[in-house]
Amino acid sequence: MLRFFKTTPPTALLGLFIILSVAIMGVFAPFLAPYGETEVVGAAYMPWDSVHLLGTDNLGRDMLSRVIYGARNTVGLALLTTAIAFTVGATLGIYAALKGGWVDQVVSRAVDVLMAVPPLILALMLLAIVGPSIPNMVLVIAVIYVAPVFRLARASSMNIVVLDFVQAARLRGEGNLWLISREILPNITSTLVAEFGLRFCFVFLFIAALSFLGLGIQPPTADWGSMVKENATLITFGDITPLIPAAAIAVLTIGINFVVDWMLHKASGLKD
Amino acid sequence: MSGIQKLVLRRIGLGIVTLFIVSLLIFIGVELLPSDLAQEILGQAATPETVAAFRRELGLDQPAVIRYLEWVAGVFQGDFGVSLANRRDVAELVAPRLKNTMFLAGYAAAIAVPVAVTLGILAALFRNSIFDRLANVFALSSISLPEFFVAYVLILLFAVNIPLFPSLARIDDATPFIEALYRTFLPALTLILVVIAHMMRMTRAAIINVLAEPYIEMARLKGVPRYKVILRHALPNALPPIINVVAINLAYLIVGVVVVEVVFVYPGLGQLLVDAVAKRDFPVVQAVGLFFAATYISLNILADVLSILSNPRLRAKA
Repeated sequence: MLRFFKTTPPTALLGLFIILSVAIMGVFAPFLAPYGETEVVGAAYMPWDSVHLLGTDNLGRDMLSRVIYGARNTVGLALLTTAIAFTVGATLGIYAALKGGWVDQVVSRAVDVLMAVPPLILALMLLAIVGPSIPNMVLVIAVIYVAPVFRLARASSMNIVVLDFVQAARLRGEGNLWLISREILPNITSTLVAEFGLRFCFVFLFIAALSFLGLGIQPPTADWGSMVKENATLITFGDITPLIPAAAIAVLTIGINFVVDWMLHKASGLKD
Repeated sequence: MSGIQKLVLRRIGLGIVTLFIVSLLIFIGVELLPSDLAQEILGQAATPETVAAFRRELGLDQPAVIRYLEWVAGVFQGDFGVSLANRRDVAELVAPRLKNTMFLAGYAAAIAVPVAVTLGILAALFRNSIFDRLANVFALSSISLPEFFVAYVLILLFAVNIPLFPSLARIDDATPFIEALYRTFLPALTLILVVIAHMMRMTRAAIINVLAEPYIEMARLKGVPRYKVILRHALPNALPPIINVVAINLAYLIVGVVVVEVVFVYPGLGQLLVDAVAKRDFPVVQAVGLFFAATYISLNILADVLSILSNPRLRAKA
């Protein structure tokens, strides 16, 4: 354990610490938060004091409690979305690499189209069609991020499918599910894990931006993006409270980037 | 026709096809809506007669193929239909905002591109120095910060604490040019900070990549001064990736304005799009979405074509 602390660079340790704190905050939100998520506890825009450490928001809800609950909602939804995008994208990618032919062609061209349109614009257009709500937002962002995951999974499994052990498993008569999960997936896991961290950051920023625009997580659910928007007027009075959820977003993203950098560095086997 | 022309035409053709598929997807998406669009927009209180009239107005009583073809034909004639929210002509609604968005993106690009390329060259020239490290940290953090965070910090610093600039970027046709530049300084600065890091890093990487080539060593051994090695020998050969990243960032500037426009209440296309999505005003969403997609796709094509043209080896291969 001590060795781990000595050999790991300080930036990665900091990143791990940030991720752990946010995770604990999210999981134990109901126990940590002094007030309820949507509980109105006083007048609107009360300044910081000993009862409400960060004051209250535009509807008189405790700001600190909402920041804590926000960790659960924003980060939780970003994790869910990234997980969906990875499950679908990786499965499709490996399957396309395995099968080749028209399956590969059709999915690859569809992915090309998805990637030719700027993600935020695509998301806005799709949300206009299905209507803004939490499940719709998760699905729309997941669909958009299936595209890059598919490309990565396809490209990295292309090198694996030609190897002998895959051929052997095929000749044994193993089904597609076995080939994908037992033969190819274990060999591209490390690539996918690092990518997961990076994609999670993008998805997380994306959800925050959509919620900020009022088209993502809907009130009264506490979320870091919409909290900035709801309380933005305070900034014109020189109050930094609305910047706290925004800073939380920034800190978590930087923390994850530190950890991903360290993992990539370790995986590449470079010595300093 | 020479090989290179064929390559360029092929790339443009692919872009147009992509754009058509995107327009078709948007159209089919509206089509696949589970509930009746007219009913949903009008609400449950609407009488069957109003719903029927509204459906007729939307053209929902005609087959989908005809409606799509009519819409595409309209687009080619500059007719994007009528807004569902306020019955105004979509083209009329979009035109002034398009001008504003282009103004803001152009303003940001005019400053960001030269600054980013210069900083990138300096970082390559003094690599591993304090300057390079600082630039690196700045680049990493600017990628991690949400745009609205940067925007609000700038407002707090330069509009509230030190009241130099207005926090709302309201401009109209009557605003004089200099005044418009002043009022939109903070949104432009936000965009500049967001795009500069990526361009700078890529410029640095492209130049350092070239610096490993034997002809650079040769130039050094001849005793050419360091800045000259970079400007005369390295930069021209590092141009294709730099042009590429500049074009991609220009595309990002035009599209990435959405959040910044909302923060600064700037009357641009992005804000129009967000409002239209919230109101589910499809003709406006389709028109603005199509415009953004078209700009993004064409700038990406431009990036590809320019990098082919600026590299003699790629030119020969084509």
